[in-house]
Amino acid sequence: MTDIGRAGMDAEGGLEAAALVVETHEAEVEAREAGGDTDKTTGDGAGGALARRRRKEAALAYVLLLPALVLFGVFSFYPFFRNFKLMLYETPPVPGLPARYVGLHQIVPTITSTEFTQSLVTTVIFVVLVVPISLILGLALAVAAHRKLKGIGIYRMIFSSTVVSSVAVASVVFGTLLNPVVGLLPWLGINPTPPALESTTWALPSVALITIWQFLGLSFIIMSAGLQSVPDELLEAARIDGAGAWTRFWRMTVPLLSPTIFFGFVVSTIYAFQAFGAIDILIGNSNAVRLHTNVLIYNIVNTLQVSNNPGAAAIMATVLFLIMLGLTVLQMRLLERRVNYGR
Amino acid sequence: MAQVGFDGVTKRFGDTTAVDELTLQVLDGELLVLLGSSGCGKTTALRLVAGLEALTAGRVTIGDRVVNDIDPKDRDVAMVFQSYALYPHLTVAKNIEFPLRQRGAGKEERSAKVKQAAETLGLASLLDRKPAQLSGGQRQRVALARAIVREPLVFLMDEPLSNLDAALRVQTRADIVELQARLNTTTLYVTHDQVEAMTMGHRIAVMNEGRLQQVATPEDLYARPTNVFVAHFLGSPGMNLVEGLLVEGSGNETTGGEDTLCVSFLGASVPLPAEVATDVRGSGPDVVLGLRPETLHLSTDGPIAATVIIVELLGAETLVICRTETGARIIVRQPASAARPSIGDAVRIAVDPEPRAYHLFDAESGLRLGDRP
Repeated sequence: MTDIGRAGMDAEGGLEAAALVVETHEAEVEAREAGGDTDKTTGDGAGGALARRRRKEAALAYVLLLPALVLFGVFSFYPFFRNFKLMLYETPPVPGLPARYVGLHQIVPTITSTEFTQSLVTTVIFVVLVVPISLILGLALAVAAHRKLKGIGIYRMIFSSTVVSSVAVASVVFGTLLNPVVGLLPWLGINPTPPALESTTWALPSVALITIWQFLGLSFIIMSAGLQSVPDELLEAARIDGAGAWTRFWRMTVPLLSPTIFFGFVVSTIYAFQAFGAIDILIGNSNAVRLHTNVLIYNIVNTLQVSNNPGAAAIMATVLFLIMLGLTVLQMRLLERRVNYGR
Repeated sequence: MAQVGFDGVTKRFGDTTAVDELTLQVLDGELLVLLGSSGCGKTTALRLVAGLEALTAGRVTIGDRVVNDIDPKDRDVAMVFQSYALYPHLTVAKNIEFPLRQRGAGKEERSAKVKQAAETLGLASLLDRKPAQLSGGQRQRVALARAIVREPLVFLMDEPLSNLDAALRVQTRADIVELQARLNTTTLYVTHDQVEAMTMGHRIAVMNEGRLQQVATPEDLYARPTNVFVAHFLGSPGMNLVEGLLVEGSGNETTGGEDTLCVSFLGASVPLPAEVATDVRGSGPDVVLGLRPETLHLSTDGPIAATVIIVELLGAETLVICRTETGARIIVRQPASAARPSIGDAVRIAVDPEPRAYHLFDAESGLRLGDRP
């Protein structure tokens, strides 16, 4: 059921990718045609031949697109549209009875329910914890690793390694570190009662910590790539012009990096909204603090699998999809406006 | 008052020596051009003055101060980069103002100086634009404005014209010369373009493989290159260099008799004018004879036998590229009005009689022979 929420986003990405392929192809054909136009040896019959060739190439393009379209169709487009249908049906409390068509009537009760609004608030807190910290840490590590030193590559590899570590492994490792008996905290002499993962105050920050750690690698990679696009000469010019390291960072690096930072912001927000694994593994359904870590995705899965209510789950998934869509549109708009410094 | 001094300056990057024991003085108010092909260490030398690289050995001085360990921002130099290095997120006005702001200049002082610099460089109407909205020439002028606005002790310019198209380059070249003369600020100017060097430099320092080859005024550098590298590097095309033997009296009746000193090689025996002969007699015998293309012409009684391999028309003049019997290439530059030979013709090449047409270098060391004061 998590696929419902993800389906929306993936569908978008898939469509974009497909559109891009077609566009690129068309541009190529046009470029070739333009080349043909300037060629004086092209006779009158060339127009027809060109059109034929173009049709042939377009056909080939669609054939090549087919595998991707099938995959997206089965795993993204179909679930995506099916989700909208599910929203219209109410599941009766007694198992075995068929779902009842209720139209749009269950939407308002679902999104105004305490469970849902609390879940939304929890999600927002979680995102607010994860996004800024993972971005700032990622930037700090990227700046630290962005220098020409022997062996710096090892650090770059370490910093970006969290990208390839699985959420299950990370959760188990952090679960052990936070363990009240054998963990890092008691070793440091800190013995919170109740233990972090069972505390209504610390459970959410704990799972946020794991998510931050997990996203840190990607954040580092994004920021590093951004830093590499800032020309050394600009910073050198600023240095000669009298700017110290601090000024260079804030008045040159950060403004020039702002498109990258914003990109990282959107990506990490989407990532944080989707965090599921760590919560499922470390908190689970039985834990007393589960309501305090009940983020939207987790709530959707529970609504579907535990409460066995596909209709409500579909509605929540749609809300999540709309939030993601809004963020993506915002990203496109702002990036378009801000990125083009055009050196 | 600020001279710039290099005193035994060496810079190594790992195993490569970019600048090798450079000793050079840039005089107060002088425009000195560091000339060399890419990778010769000229840009590194400039960056050592800016403080963007640390020295391996030696001393760099600005004025009376050794600046080896002084931060770039405290050296009071301004640099113009090849890429201009304008701050893309700041307007033209903010770009020009940046160095003043970093020095804590007050608001009124800043705006007055920005205005003045912008007017000097014809940027007054562009102050609110971002660099991306400017043409190459305009960006270049913003970079210059940003350099002059703080009235530094020294200007450092790293190939500032190489990103401009040919016509604009000629114009801007003159503008920079005029600006430098007016401000009378010591300037170190790096280029690989010998025309820029010849037209702009009060003096030119030629570098090759990290080593300084010669420092001289453009006239001296052209007239009296100190070694074969400089001889060949300067001039378009460069000086013809032919290896030969310095021999006494192999001349014939046309070249003046028994006691004439000649440079001879297969198919040629080039008699030297008396003044030149006096200077170089006793050197050698293995020498390199240097002859500028414009001091040569095709003549049936010329001393050098050669075959024409290429004829290049350049409009006002023609380059006749020949090969001697020893396999050396000799380029003859002749006016377009002169008779043009065909490819494959056997020709004879004559040298102008005046002494300054003849340059002799030691074949082994490559150094100029008979250096007269």
